[in-house]
Amino acid sequence: MGGELATDKHVLYILSVEKRKDDFESVAMEHLRMNGAYWGLTALDLMGKLDTVDVDEVVSWVLSCQHESGGFGGNVGHDPHLLYTLSAVQVLALFHKLDVIDVDKVTNYIVSLQNEDGSFSGDIWGEVDTRFSYIAICCLSILRRLDKINVEKAVKYIISCKNMDGGFGCTPGGESHAGQIFCCVGALAITGSLDLVDKDLLGWWLCERQVKSGGLNGRPEKLPDVCYSWWVLSSLIMIDRVHWISKEKLVKFILDCQDTENGGISDRPDDAVDVFHTYFGVAGLSLLEYPGLKPIDPAYALPVDVVNQIFFSK
Amino acid sequence: MHGRPRKPLKQEDTAALSAKAEHLRSLQSHFLANHHNRVYTKEALDVNAKLVESNPEWQTCWNYRKLAVQHFLSAASDSDSDVKSILDQELRVVENALRKNYKSYGAWHHRKWVLSKGHSSIDNELRLLDAFQKQDPRNFHAWNYRRFVTALMKRSDEDELKYTEEVIGANFSNYSAWHNRSILLSNLLQRKAEGYFPKENVLEEEYELVHNALFTDPDDQSGWFYHLWLIDQTVKTDAPLLVSSWPSHGSTINLQRNKCLFGSGSSVLNCTLSNIGKFPVILYFSQAVEGINSSTVTVKSDVLNVDVVWKPLSTNNSNTSQVWVTYLNIGNMELQLSKTYPLEISLGHSQGIVSSSGYHFGHPTQIAFKLCILTAHREPAEGEGEKMTSWDDHHFRAVEHFQESESILTTDQLTSENDHNQPTSNWSVETIVKEIAEFRDLLSESDCKLGKLTLARLLSALDSLSSKHAKKMAHADEVLQLYDDLMLLDPIHSLYYKDKRSLTLLHQITSTRESLLPYCHYYEGATKTIADYVCVRLQNLSLSRIGCAENLLWVQMLDLSHNELQSIEGLEAMQLLSCLNLSHNKFGSFTALGPLRFLQSLKVLNISNNEIGSHSIDTRRYLCSSPLSHTEEFAWDRFEILAGSFNATKFWEAFLIFDSLNLTELDIKGNAVDDENFKLFLVKVLPTLKWLDGGELS
Ligand SMILES: [Zn+2]
Repeated sequence: MGGELATDKHVLYILSVEKRKDDFESVAMEHLRMNGAYWGLTALDLMGKLDTVDVDEVVSWVLSCQHESGGFGGNVGHDPHLLYTLSAVQVLALFHKLDVIDVDKVTNYIVSLQNEDGSFSGDIWGEVDTRFSYIAICCLSILRRLDKINVEKAVKYIISCKNMDGGFGCTPGGESHAGQIFCCVGALAITGSLDLVDKDLLGWWLCERQVKSGGLNGRPEKLPDVCYSWWVLSSLIMIDRVHWISKEKLVKFILDCQDTENGGISDRPDDAVDVFHTYFGVAGLSLLEYPGLKPIDPAYALPVDVVNQIFFSK
Repeated sequence: MHGRPRKPLKQEDTAALSAKAEHLRSLQSHFLANHHNRVYTKEALDVNAKLVESNPEWQTCWNYRKLAVQHFLSAASDSDSDVKSILDQELRVVENALRKNYKSYGAWHHRKWVLSKGHSSIDNELRLLDAFQKQDPRNFHAWNYRRFVTALMKRSDEDELKYTEEVIGANFSNYSAWHNRSILLSNLLQRKAEGYFPKENVLEEEYELVHNALFTDPDDQSGWFYHLWLIDQTVKTDAPLLVSSWPSHGSTINLQRNKCLFGSGSSVLNCTLSNIGKFPVILYFSQAVEGINSSTVTVKSDVLNVDVVWKPLSTNNSNTSQVWVTYLNIGNMELQLSKTYPLEISLGHSQGIVSSSGYHFGHPTQIAFKLCILTAHREPAEGEGEKMTSWDDHHFRAVEHFQESESILTTDQLTSENDHNQPTSNWSVETIVKEIAEFRDLLSESDCKLGKLTLARLLSALDSLSSKHAKKMAHADEVLQLYDDLMLLDPIHSLYYKDKRSLTLLHQITSTRESLLPYCHYYEGATKTIADYVCVRLQNLSLSRIGCAENLLWVQMLDLSHNELQSIEGLEAMQLLSCLNLSHNKFGSFTALGPLRFLQSLKVLNISNNEIGSHSIDTRRYLCSSPLSHTEEFAWDRFEILAGSFNATKFWEAFLIFDSLNLTELDIKGNAVDDENFKLFLVKVLPTLKWLDGGELS
């Protein structure tokens, strides 16, 4: 409990999860292994331990999940979906290996999923959600192909999901939710459209997600959870309102959710740890400028050095 | 992944779990084989049905079912009952999966997909939803699905509004229901549905409904945002208005023979405007607008016969802005001494100026002002303009008398267009006054945070409603006190209240001539021959945020030092600004200085003793135009010519900011970033620089 960040333990925990493929938990999470790879590897990079991973092994596995359509599946043999396509691209970006994919092919897959109203479907089966708008925009931007979609319409659709509290929902009329807000604010940030966000109103809603324990919840009157350290914090940072919460108390809450014995971070103190919350805890601490962690970019959800390298080198 | 206790597994649990894992694994591989081989037998579908129950988030499973349905539908006869039985089977599978996990995106979407085929009855759906919504009244999947189903059924907004009332009646602590109510009510108000127009009566009932929630438990957030939304509905005016301008209506702008300007609140500083021979006109609106151009805004003048080009002062891609500016080229005008030249700017006479929410600027407005060419001018002596700017106290002299200030500040400057504003509706004022009484009542019983915050907001709203007539912030002192109390009462959000407090304070200071006068000083540093050097000194006020730029458009010299600022959002409106002191604040990055890029006249900048370079996370990264947000290309060519030997990933922020400025003085010492290497870089990027960190450059 508490104390300092048990970096070494968390690194070992993340590496061990990869090895326990036959645990029930691992089997039940087979379908989002691509997301898991992104969470685990990004957390390792933030902790300065990405070099413990066999790059070629990861890259060839990622490539084996790609389909003829250009999209990526969550695992080998699974159907492609935007959710996994972004994770795959992010993982390759972490290793500076974006050149191993056919960028136009991935781009075409994403472009094909934009709808007439500017929204995006997650795959060919037509589920529409502003999460997919973020994924499409973030992914294309990393690939330097944002000009291939209708950005104006994409932005307009996101704005049509804006609510009275300044937040955003999945589809027009949907309730505001911190995860959804991250997606919408992130997409608006990447497309240079943050002027369309009511920063003071949304900032107040977001800062009121901090509860007495210091943790953040995702919606009013809900329990705090480590994963919201990322969704809420990154949104607050993108609109420059992060000073409206107490950083010290949030740091303490995240550290209290560590399993200091076996490594890993959980949703709340004394719950079972998983890679998802380990990543969000570490990423949250990075946003809080916790010493010893690499800074992470609030919009692209990749280390700042990785993002800067993409945009500021010839 | 959520809510599982952290405890070591017992031996027998481990065994049971690994058996479970093995079973699941074999189902998965069985299913994938079927999927890849397009096997849709009953047995194969049963395997899949088991999986969607244990793995309802596995999209591939649902995709397989959709393929199977398509396969069966293509083989089925056209008879409706065949089709229906195929689809009904799917609805049953979804229902089972939802009973296991009603938070599954995949399951809800599969149900929508089946229903969209149009063969199933939707009557059942609301009943099914009721069960899920009772089990978890906040489940947003269920609420989303409810909006989908009611739209499909063409159930009226009025009926759904009643439903939210029932849900709220059962338990007011249901944010989801309040949210849905705001959506429905917005629709009804917007289309002026019968019984929902005018909005006055409707909103009155809403206030009552939300009071019940707020006053029962002021700590429960469910009704907070709904109440704030109601206040906004009460006070907001939809149509954009012109809030202020520079020059202001009725003012006279005195130009020196060499075309620098002073008088009417502007002071002669470094003759910056003469250098470019251009004269700014600033339009400040109540909200962001688009469509400002030479056909929506006309400039009438005997001497000026060119098309003017208006530019939005914003860093976004949408071409909307609250502030628009044009530069009139007076450099090539034939102006005679001692003569005044009238100019008239008219806007709103034709359609085309539109707010981002689609409302038209509806109040034809004129700004008439005069340009006057003065003879009394002395050419600066050799080297006189070459003195470094000093911000020390002894260089400033208070402006003591109103008489004296007449030439500095005219009431018009503080806002123009009073007569053009809509008369404030009595209803708005009465409603706010009533709310104020309600919340004073609440506070007399308990010292709650919501009560104080809402009271502060209501009092500010009342002041801004009244200020359209009398420019006083009558309740500012009380509001400041409330924010002070809140900072102690709710320390984790104290900087939120501090920001609000800063805005209130600046509002109070800039609201009238009398209130601003104590902050206006003559600057006697550069040259003693001209008495009109006025500096607005707002240092040491604990400001964490700036605002009210609309009242300060005329300012050429501004001191904001010794505050707690970390951003200068809004400062870009002050187009005449020439000297700016931001030292001893909390600026954490160069991107925080983004607004300065719009200030063509800026020559002197002091950002010493800030936190630039001390932070690993930059909170202004996406609010400053840059390649990251696709608002600007990185000027590689210029970067390489100017600073080729430096690392772009390290210096891009400084390059973006300073490359567009023409500073002669810059003080950046006391920031972590300021090392010798960085100074070398700055000197290359800023060729106009004469002084750096207080030292003269050779
Ligand atoms: Zn969580």
